[in-house]
Amino acid sequence: MLPAPTLTSYLTVAAIVFTISVIGIFINRRNVIILLMAIELMLLAVNLNFIAFSSHLGDLSGQVFVFFILTVAAAESAIGLAILVVLFRNVGSIDVNDIGRLRG
Amino acid sequence: MPELATLVFYVFSAILILASAAVISVRNPVHAALFLVLAFFSAAALWMLLKAEFLAIALVLVYVGAVMVLFLFVVMMLDINVEEMRKQFRSYLPVGLLVGAAVAIEMLLVLSLAFTKKSDSAGAQGIVVDGSNTKALGIELFTRYIYAVEIAGVLLLVAIVAAIALTLRPRRETKYQNPAEQVRVERDQRLRILKLAAEQPTAVRLDAPAAPPSESSNEGRT
Repeated sequence: MLPAPTLTSYLTVAAIVFTISVIGIFINRRNVIILLMAIELMLLAVNLNFIAFSSHLGDLSGQVFVFFILTVAAAESAIGLAILVVLFRNVGSIDVNDIGRLRG
Repeated sequence: MPELATLVFYVFSAILILASAAVISVRNPVHAALFLVLAFFSAAALWMLLKAEFLAIALVLVYVGAVMVLFLFVVMMLDINVEEMRKQFRSYLPVGLLVGAAVAIEMLLVLSLAFTKKSDSAGAQGIVVDGSNTKALGIELFTRYIYAVEIAGVLLLVAIVAAIALTLRPRRETKYQNPAEQVRVERDQRLRILKLAAEQPTAVRLDAPAAPPSESSNEGRT
């Protein structure tokens, strides 16, 4: 009854997750923390694509790429959260609209 | 009766999609972070199914163990006014759905045009390596991609330094000594030579004839 998962089914799951996170970036436009989480979800979808293709083609390079993407994503989220903490300390909120107050 | 791997794929895909939908739509950021943890776990299960064991374990250890704990820590440390944030949630919804539909249609076109004809079973065939996935990946990383690995290490170091330097602030109430300032001290900062005028005998000025007119003026006012 259930067809066995193929490359296309993995790509479809990744596409759905990516689309959900794009929508999330738009509807949670003011909350920086949710924005960071949506970016993490996007990276997860991309990684799923990489691994599906790596498994499909029998090539390990895709998994190596995923390794580096994980590294960069960890660094990105650490610095992003540090910036967020400093922003909250200076402005008193993490609303995107309030970041404009930093001008000048 | 479907195969176990097929069942696992559908179950964890459903959990992944539901959890990622919950991440972007729940009210409380703490719940969003916890749903993100669930999404990472089910994605790790999918990667396991694709025979990428090392990366699945790394995802759980690095993301669930470190990054999501950092997220939770920051979410709980900051005092966020959630209601204020979600005031314009509904007004942003149409634009978000529009963009999401556009992305979905593009991906549908790519998927349906490119990968329907020669889509073999991905999970079944896998990568033909002798030994474990971890060993093969390690050999690949430390031979062909060794410079990239070193650059990634430098990148992580930069991230550590940047995160610490951004959030470090000197505390005002603690007293500490700066040895560099202590060594660099000069004589003028510690020793001040005052030039004082020689003492004058003050008794002479006290009985100067300035007092009687002031007294007389006071009496005149009263």
